[in-house]
Amino acid sequence: MLYFSDLLPYSDLFFSGLMTTVELTILTTFLGIALGTSCATIKQYGHHLAKRLVTTYVELIRNTPFIVQLFFIFFGLPSIGFKLSPWEASVIALTINLGAYSTEIIRAGLNNIGKGQIEAAKVLGLNFRQMLVHVIFIPAFEKIYPALTSQCVIVMLGSAVISQISVEDLTYAANLVQSRNFRAFESYFVTAFLYLGLSVLLRFAFNLLGKRLFAFREAR
Amino acid sequence: MIEFSNLDIIRNLLFATQWTILLSLAAFIGGTSVALALTAMRLTGNSAMNMVVRVYVEIFQGTPLLMQMFICFFGLSILGYEISAWSAAILSLTFFTSAFLVEIWRGCIDTLPKGQWEASRCLGLGFLQTLRHIILPQAIRVATAPTVGFSVQVIKGTALASIIGFVELTKVGTMLNNATFEPFKVFSLVAIIYFLLCYPLSWYSKVLEKKFNVSR
Amino acid sequence: MSLVDLHQVHKYYGDFHVLKGIDLSINAGEVISIIGKSGSGKSTLLRCINGLEAYQKGGIVVDGNEVTSEDVQVRRLALSVGMIFQNFNLFPHKTVGENVMLAPTIVLKKSKAEAEKIARNMLEKVGLAEKFDNYPDTLSGGQQQRVAIARALAMSPKVLLCDEITSALDPELVGEVLKVLETLAEEGITLILVTHEMNFAREVGNRVVFMHQGKVWEEGDPKVLLTNPQTDELKQFLGAVL
Ligand SMILES: Nc1ncnc2c1ncn2[C@@H]1O[C@H](COP(=O)(O)OP(=O)(O)O)[C@@H](O)[C@H]1O
Ligand SMILES: [Mg+2]
Repeated sequence: MLYFSDLLPYSDLFFSGLMTTVELTILTTFLGIALGTSCATIKQYGHHLAKRLVTTYVELIRNTPFIVQLFFIFFGLPSIGFKLSPWEASVIALTINLGAYSTEIIRAGLNNIGKGQIEAAKVLGLNFRQMLVHVIFIPAFEKIYPALTSQCVIVMLGSAVISQISVEDLTYAANLVQSRNFRAFESYFVTAFLYLGLSVLLRFAFNLLGKRLFAFREAR
Repeated sequence: MIEFSNLDIIRNLLFATQWTILLSLAAFIGGTSVALALTAMRLTGNSAMNMVVRVYVEIFQGTPLLMQMFICFFGLSILGYEISAWSAAILSLTFFTSAFLVEIWRGCIDTLPKGQWEASRCLGLGFLQTLRHIILPQAIRVATAPTVGFSVQVIKGTALASIIGFVELTKVGTMLNNATFEPFKVFSLVAIIYFLLCYPLSWYSKVLEKKFNVSR
Repeated sequence: MSLVDLHQVHKYYGDFHVLKGIDLSINAGEVISIIGKSGSGKSTLLRCINGLEAYQKGGIVVDGNEVTSEDVQVRRLALSVGMIFQNFNLFPHKTVGENVMLAPTIVLKKSKAEAEKIARNMLEKVGLAEKFDNYPDTLSGGQQQRVAIARALAMSPKVLLCDEITSALDPELVGEVLKVLETLAEEGITLILVTHEMNFAREVGNRVVFMHQGKVWEEGDPKVLLTNPQTDELKQFLGAVL
């Protein structure tokens, strides 16, 4: 038998967990994409040593599990002198993780910009930074926007792991509730459903944002 | 307290790696089998079946793998289906893998021009004949690289099985950390082992992709 | 009894009325050129004749069989109707020979040896016998289109549908494809082709059908119709093309 009503007394817990997850997602999405954009720009246009460095970072992150990255940052770094709170460790781990994936994605977008666009910008006298901001970024992002936003959703879902270093996110709430009322199935089921809602919502928000960012398409 | 030399640590980690590999293989085989079935359902063009596949993908791509594992492990056992951490891990990783692979493969099949279907139809080939002789041979070539690439996600996904108590690489890592209090060393080694497992696959996937792009 | 018979065929894409009551009847051995502006429904007409698209009203009969878009019917139809596409649609993972042999072996259940014989014959006919073991992407556009013709011919169709089959080709490659068509016409195959090649329509064709806004606007002998169009629409169209 299922007793979903047994979860009701804990709705506050679920709600605050949900809020933590949302907050963390918004924060790390911005930080991660910023990091990814910088790294992608370096990888596309930078000095070859810097390129090599970025490649190493990207490959290291993409080829190790997030949970190991998190443990390394939370448990490993303090032992060599960097003390971090669970929250700080999570923000760093999630940012680094999204940063690596978005580097690859964004660079694919930069690769797609025709040489003609760059030459046109140069001929018009734009400097490198102006060229990036005004000519390159928007069309580059348009191309890879769907891939980038799915990656953000994937990282949001991956954040469930931070409950393991006792950040009080949605998964933490689920664990807490089931340890109190012994309704594991109900608790996790509802939580899974909340995550599902969150990913739908996140995609919806990204779509809205995309419509604004790439409004020039509609204007044609 | 037992003393762990570096060699002990490495030996323990390597032993645990066997379980990570085994779990990955099982999940990958399970995932591809289910994904094949789902792809077949989708290709029939039946709208009800299509809907089933879409909901499946939505659910398993839209919820955390960890939550899927919790439901399979704690959830099912409380409902009276006693299930081991190993089975729960395989079950949830199969869901996860198949949900992503079926979408990846759909993308591959969709990249084939509609003209291939039409030309086959005009030559009198039936649906299954078209699939077997025209669509699949081409789709498989396109799909190999991203499928190999995704196997990396499967290996990394197995690390979550440590949370439900399955003793694989990550779990042994945390156990060794608790015993040695040398998290920096232990988790570095764990990361290196994962990297050695995953990087060759990532690399091979890129090689395949390049080869395919050239041959086109 | 004509080979292809269309009677009051209506076709909609959703609410959009594409074909508005087409009547057309084509005898065995005729070469019909369909001309008309882009969007007038020429491709749709061809695709209805071989069942690739369903139509909503009227009837199409090919070689005595009613055409429906049901899969079984399309496959039976494939035995009498061949189709060549603007962009070839060759199978890139199969050699030229395999492309041509495929349908005879798996649809007509011919033996490998027999199919190969047919394939070599057909490739000979389009002048590409020596390309048997090459892959399509090593061929020029004109050669690829000739392979597509050989592939269709290997099913010995009674009627061949060609949808702008020279439009994707470089100008210098158009001639070689038209020449193949001309040979086929001389041999007496029934051809229905959508084309912009007015010279071809005039010299080789028996009849021209001018389509406008989903209707057969004007039809008749090419030499008469192309030099002396009756309607303003055709005059305008010819003015634009010539
Ligand atoms: N699959 C489709 N769905 C909706 N409209 C279509 C489709 N195919 C063609 N059309 C429309 O039907 C009309 C006729 O198309 P078509 O037969 O391709 O014309 P033509 O070959 O003469 O250029 C066009 O307006 C086209 O936009
Ligand atoms: Mg057309």
